[in-house]
Amino acid sequence: MALIESTIDSMLSNLDLPLNILQTLKEDAIKAGVNKKELEEIIEKVKESYEYAKVEPCEAVGVVSAQSIGEPGTQMTMRTFHYAGVAEINVTLGLPRLIEIVDARKEPSTPTMTIAILEEYALDRDKARKLAWDIEATHIDQLADVTTDLLNMQLIIDLHEKTLNYRNIAIDELVDKLSEELDVQVMLSENIEYQLIVKPKEPSYRELLQMAKSINNITLKGIEGIKRVVIRKDGNEYMLYTEGSQLKKVLEVEGVDISRTYTNNIGEIYDVFGIEAARNAIIKEAINTLAEQGLTVDIRHIMLVADIMCCDGEVKQIGRHGISGEKASVFARAAFEVTVNHLLDAGMRGDVDELNGVTENIIVGQPIKLGTGDVRLIAK
Amino acid sequence: MCTLFEGGENLNKFNLFDNELIPKHEILGEDELKSVLKRYKIEREQFPKIKINDPVIQQIGASVGDVVKITRKSQTAKEALYYRLVIE
Repeated sequence: MALIESTIDSMLSNLDLPLNILQTLKEDAIKAGVNKKELEEIIEKVKESYEYAKVEPCEAVGVVSAQSIGEPGTQMTMRTFHYAGVAEINVTLGLPRLIEIVDARKEPSTPTMTIAILEEYALDRDKARKLAWDIEATHIDQLADVTTDLLNMQLIIDLHEKTLNYRNIAIDELVDKLSEELDVQVMLSENIEYQLIVKPKEPSYRELLQMAKSINNITLKGIEGIKRVVIRKDGNEYMLYTEGSQLKKVLEVEGVDISRTYTNNIGEIYDVFGIEAARNAIIKEAINTLAEQGLTVDIRHIMLVADIMCCDGEVKQIGRHGISGEKASVFARAAFEVTVNHLLDAGMRGDVDELNGVTENIIVGQPIKLGTGDVRLIAK
Repeated sequence: MCTLFEGGENLNKFNLFDNELIPKHEILGEDELKSVLKRYKIEREQFPKIKINDPVIQQIGASVGDVVKITRKSQTAKEALYYRLVIE
């Protein structure tokens, strides 16, 4: 007689198995219509296989991960710049990107964001466009021609009327912003429409030229650091892709969907979303980088790397300033990088190496505590 | 629910757990903590750490010394439990 769902649930409820195995087990048990004795037998078999599939205690998973990521890594292209399929935005891919991830760089060489927008904006191209203008940093050279009039000691700004209208920027706003940033009086030209005159406080050539330079750096609209925003249709909604990343500021913009907005800057994710999100981002970025090159590395290896990078509550690099540099053993640290410094410091401090790890035991020529080397005989 | 960003009039009040990158964090009760410690045969200090100024910890209002239980979405196990000790 086939079992009813509630009985199956109660039989599966106290098993120490992952959720997806339990779910599959339940579905299949219902589909196949097993009786109680059969299900008990199946559960036993599943438990057995699961135990068998588990990693043995004392297995050197780190070395296995290193090799499993390293080997496909040798086949990655060394070319830094690729244009990824996403819009026309340049993203570092391949080996350089993978190195960036495990080095936990504060800032990636090509930061980019994927901004999801709320439904009311996402379906309408004009609204999405408007949102994009709110995010993209706008500078004066995009809106006007700036000429330095040395004769009258002034800067002449000829605004493009069309661009202003298109980007929805009012002249008054522009004037206020410019006077505030430059700390001088910005005037509207008396004769010509859409022309601004900027005069330095005191008539000095030096100040005029300096002003001509600094006026280009003022962010008139949008978020500083977001160099470009590209709108693309993804399915039936519009998404924004950016060059440059400012997660915190972008999330404050009205209309941005906080739940699906993403940046490839792991440092920023850590600051804004916390360590667990940073771990997820490391996994996602590493897997995507490998997958883009047509390499499949088991996600468990990447997860191990991400876990060890995040286990102290902050993102640490795999390297001499992070994981490797914090090893307890002097020999293990000296074997990695800057050998002499480590040995010298240890000598001056009078450090003791307990020879507990693998690396240091190989150096001194002893059996390592792995596999058969981990077994010791005790005479009784 | 707390606000993530201070200052500014137009700030978005939002729940961090809305973001798909952030798994569920909850403060672990003493009883559950004891059974977890027993199960893994470890001391409290041996848990992985999380900083007190982590935005998620600020949001759930945990304090130093608490252990948080994190229910991760896992590609291999669908759901995986993880624990972190809150540190300075």
